[in-house]
Amino acid sequence: MANKYLHIHRLRRVYVWELPVRFYHWLNALVIVVLIVTGFYIANPLALLSKQEASTQYTMGWFRYLHFAAAYLFFFNFLFRLYWGFVGNKYANWKQFIPTSQRFFKEMWTVFKIDILMLKKNGQPQDHLSVGHNAMAGFIYFLTFIAFLVQCLTGFGLYSSMASWWFPKLFAWVPALLGGDILTRQLHHWAMWFFILFAVIHVYLVFYHDYVEGRGEISSMGGGWKFIEEEVFEQHKHHTPNPEK
Amino acid sequence: MTNDALPKQPTYYEEVERKGYSRRDFMKFVSLMTAFIGLENTAIGQVAKALETKPRLPVIWLHFQECTCCSESFIRSSHPIVADILLDKISLDYTETLMAASGTQAEAALKNTMTKYKGQYILCVEGSVPTAADGVYCMIGGKTSMQILEEAAEGAAAIIAWGSCASNGCVQAAKPNPTSATPIHKLVKGKPIIKVPGCPPIGEVMAGVIVHYLTFGRIPELDRLGRPKAFYSKRVHDSCYRRPFYDAGLFVETFDDENAKKGYCLYKVGCKGPSTYNACGVMKWNNGTSYPIQSGHPCIGCSEENYWDNGRLYERASHFAGFGIEANADTLGKVALGVTAAALAGHAIATNIGKSKLIHEHQAEGRESEHELEQ
Repeated sequence: MANKYLHIHRLRRVYVWELPVRFYHWLNALVIVVLIVTGFYIANPLALLSKQEASTQYTMGWFRYLHFAAAYLFFFNFLFRLYWGFVGNKYANWKQFIPTSQRFFKEMWTVFKIDILMLKKNGQPQDHLSVGHNAMAGFIYFLTFIAFLVQCLTGFGLYSSMASWWFPKLFAWVPALLGGDILTRQLHHWAMWFFILFAVIHVYLVFYHDYVEGRGEISSMGGGWKFIEEEVFEQHKHHTPNPEK
Repeated sequence: MTNDALPKQPTYYEEVERKGYSRRDFMKFVSLMTAFIGLENTAIGQVAKALETKPRLPVIWLHFQECTCCSESFIRSSHPIVADILLDKISLDYTETLMAASGTQAEAALKNTMTKYKGQYILCVEGSVPTAADGVYCMIGGKTSMQILEEAAEGAAAIIAWGSCASNGCVQAAKPNPTSATPIHKLVKGKPIIKVPGCPPIGEVMAGVIVHYLTFGRIPELDRLGRPKAFYSKRVHDSCYRRPFYDAGLFVETFDDENAKKGYCLYKVGCKGPSTYNACGVMKWNNGTSYPIQSGHPCIGCSEENYWDNGRLYERASHFAGFGIEANADTLGKVALGVTAAALAGHAIATNIGKSKLIHEHQAEGRESEHELEQ
């Protein structure tokens, strides 16, 4: 290697993901896994055989209990994240997710060119350009939030008729709107596949960014830090609009 | 048949006596109906008084696109008075399948009731109304069902959409719905409509609605989908005697297996009980003899909207419209997952080629730092 010409980067430590964001992320990951596993079990339970009386067993009951308990955590965690989108730092802000300007779409296109088409610029491979979420990721997260909403509406809608608490009963209009529980259940089941596909792509892309960019993408959700090149840092200092201002 | 023969409307109790039922039979019927419509037992007196003092409600029962299973269900109600008094020729002024009159006489009886009891009679509609081709798919006496419905609905105090056809279209409204079979609530506006879905619905619901209307002068409380709450607020699943097997996770896998003999839960052979709102598990059918699940057959969800299109009868998984008969959501999901995995593998390879320079630079940079530390 021509070490003489090697550019050694000077990195700046940036606190990107605050503790509440990290907490939200990992709790969300955990409950989504629980919801998918228990959801699959509820949809198609295993063929169990038992010599015991049915009254001594509660297998399906426990799976359903876990599903409902995880659903409550998921919902309130989701609400908390929405709140944090207004009070958290700029990387957590709602403007990172909802396209509000021409620039957002332009950046999405740039991300597409760099990470999917792998186009070069002036014969050089292009480096990434974002510190927090890139615009494409932000927009995909916006779609996941819509999927969250669909799951919460259909899920609590199905739950409403067996609930004794007033809160799930607030969702009773959902199955009524869809004409009944059959279609509501189907939508709930179909939407789950979005979460599975998202999780696979999400984990892959985290590894991809870490590998290609070497900025601590994977560990950022642990400690909250990303390591940004000095020149990129300077660039962003002037260009990233601070939504709090 | 005609009302001209009866100068004064008898009360229900008078009818009961005339038919030879005892006071005891009458009170048993009253207690039964009070319980069915979800009232406390203190209301028994109120219901009895209403049936003793108020003249019977005129009922017009129209038949459109249907199979008459609703009528069949009704005449097999759990108490004989239901069929004998509420569904006697005295009480039903017009119903194609059960009235004695026919042809012109029958049409005259219908007209007579409609004019004489304008604003007072209960209109019961069995079947859906075809709206395609100007409604020619269902015509009676030279009129389309739409015309008949409009005429009869105008003077009705309340309308009972009796059965799944009238409540949500049922099988003839399944895709592609060639006759544009339409449920009643989409055609008639401005009248209280009570939906009593089911294919067929439970006969007592009809009797319950009539007794409720008679006692209180208004229709029973309805849910968001327009069904009487007393009968449709719980799922078949919630009152199912096989529910302990469901909670335990013990299921029938095939109809001829050991589990089926043991009476395990029918969830995995397609039972729609968990998504069907009805009172089958409590009231049962044919004088309270049994209901589908009790006879070893899964609930097909016949009282739910679009149950023909929304999934298969003997499977939990539902088919996915537009992807062929065999594709269900999970098959599609697995294919999508496979395609995604292949695309990501392709992307990983492309990354190592397309961004090799960048990756090598990072690696060299890292190695250089490592060397400097070693020295």
